[in-house]
Amino acid sequence: MAKLLEVRNLTTRFRTERGAVMAVDDVSFDVDAGETLAIVGESGSGKSVTALSLMRLIPNPPGEITAGSVMFEGQDLLKLSDAEMQAVRGDRIAMIFQEPMTSLNPSLTVGLQVGEPVQLHRGASWKAALEKAGELLARVRIPDAKARVDAYPHQFSGGMRQRAMIAMALACQPKLIIADEPTTALDVTVQSQILSLLKELTRETGAALILITHDLGVVARYADRVSVMYAGRVVETGTAREIYKMPQHPYTRGLMACVPRLDGVLGDRLVPIEGSPPDLTRLPPGCAFAPRCSVAEPGCLKARPVLEDVGGGHRKACFVSVESGVPAHA
Amino acid sequence: MLDANVAGSPLLVVENLKVHFPVMSGTVFQKQVASVKAVDGVSFTLNRGETLGLVGESGCGKSTTGLAVLRMLDITGGRVVFDGQDITRHDRAAMRPIRKRMQMVYQDPFGSLNPRMKVVDLIAEPMIVHDILPNRSARSDRARELLALVGLRPDMADRYIHEFSGGQRQRIGVARALAMSPELLICDEPVSALDVSIQAQIVNLFQDLQQSLGLTYVFVAHDLAVVRHISDRIAVMYLGRIVEIADRETLYKRPQHPYTQALLAAVPIPDPEIEATRPQIAVTGEVPSALRPPPGCRFHTRCPRATDVCKTEEPVLRDLGGGQMVSCHHV
Repeated sequence: MAKLLEVRNLTTRFRTERGAVMAVDDVSFDVDAGETLAIVGESGSGKSVTALSLMRLIPNPPGEITAGSVMFEGQDLLKLSDAEMQAVRGDRIAMIFQEPMTSLNPSLTVGLQVGEPVQLHRGASWKAALEKAGELLARVRIPDAKARVDAYPHQFSGGMRQRAMIAMALACQPKLIIADEPTTALDVTVQSQILSLLKELTRETGAALILITHDLGVVARYADRVSVMYAGRVVETGTAREIYKMPQHPYTRGLMACVPRLDGVLGDRLVPIEGSPPDLTRLPPGCAFAPRCSVAEPGCLKARPVLEDVGGGHRKACFVSVESGVPAHA
Repeated sequence: MLDANVAGSPLLVVENLKVHFPVMSGTVFQKQVASVKAVDGVSFTLNRGETLGLVGESGCGKSTTGLAVLRMLDITGGRVVFDGQDITRHDRAAMRPIRKRMQMVYQDPFGSLNPRMKVVDLIAEPMIVHDILPNRSARSDRARELLALVGLRPDMADRYIHEFSGGQRQRIGVARALAMSPELLICDEPVSALDVSIQAQIVNLFQDLQQSLGLTYVFVAHDLAVVRHISDRIAVMYLGRIVEIADRETLYKRPQHPYTQALLAAVPIPDPEIEATRPQIAVTGEVPSALRPPPGCRFHTRCPRATDVCKTEEPVLRDLGGGQMVSCHHV
């Protein structure tokens, strides 16, 4: 299948008082048309900065994309002018943020905001755009949608605001939707409603979805493929089934073991990953996970592992082989 | 370990607890125009050494219940009995000796710990307030001891809170709560703000402390998998009421209330193969406002099994046997 998005060696650096931080460090991945890729990681792993970098929404200063390419439909987004990029955002690529209350303008009606992309990118009149907004709100199953066009965000519940954000993202039938923790702020029953809706609508429209989350359950339910990030790097990538069945990287395996599951054995003790995520301003020279890794070898502290194929498109960045617990190329 | 005799007696009894917040209106002469019934008739019993999980979505009253048990909020109705003593109407002075025995662990340790105090002083502060150890160096020794107890190095006592990671801060929050050697800890979303790899460390810490100190927990959280892991019994709350309460195994294996079933179905299991075959139970809509809860069964507006009786008659908690209680007309 044709690659919709090809990200290669993406590197985003932030200048801080305590030195430069490689928030995204040499990250590469692909997204096929129509598929759902989940980017999983904990805070500071670089998953959100990756999303913002794709959209070229990194505030500069202090941030800067220092290397790499983002090929989208054959065009390198990093080489576009600001005006050209503006034309891509909200049209061919749309983004859904975590906090619908802070990303919706409280002083404009929901209809104006949902219809704006249509007016902006399609040159529709405001009247037509508002009409389209009503259709879009109905499509994301907001009850009484036509009347809600004139409502303000504060009159919406949290779940309805996120539905409005999805409507806005769908406005121009994008090829790619990037959703950054779209349901983290919502209650569980609403979370499953919103994610199921998002999944259903992407299936209907054929849009690809990059789902950024820290929730391994959400990934298992909704993603086709997964990239696991740690300290700014992708440490493992593959199909969701492969990654959950045979996680290869010690960090991925650690994550799977430390999360309590609804179907877990009662009375079992959780196996935590010891230590805490690294300080990005003082990353060790070797593998960033090595100081917390239970199978780390002396070599892991010296050199950085790169992503290598372990079969069937499943790749991991780790020197230690899973079966033997010894370095793969010792 | 506790001897069997003591272990059997309830440490905490909550009966028909009600916490209503007045809604005021008017610019000069304020008068009450309505009330938010945050907690509206909640009852449970908690034995020594046991953990009760309180789960539910935002606005269900789980945190308010925790605060009311600690008497940090005014109680509108019902009773809270701690170790045989009715504390519902205790004034400040009468609460003082009780407060030492019940403490709170908050969700956000950074928001609940003073950033300008050293860790040693943060942990020693409750000892000063309650006049436990009059001697400064004795307090400092005790603080260091507590740090070791929660898995931190005693020499970290002279640092400030900003020097610690999220998980370490929560450990400090726990150490401070333990300073009074309490019997009951109310933990309000204590791991929700932490990264998953750190959550497991803190969950294990709570379990270790319960083992070694014989603590009793009320564990308030929205993460059902975490609650299932740590609790002996679980109460599911919806709009100020308990809709189902049972031991964890029963609740997760044989949930009876449609809301409990919907909640459990909404939580994805981290395994794509299981998820592919799991039946989806659709619950529509969101939690209604606690200002105007629906009449009859409060869940009827979202319930797939609701009938006419649910719209008018409020169901009561009924015992199904084996400690499982459910309030639903159709169970």
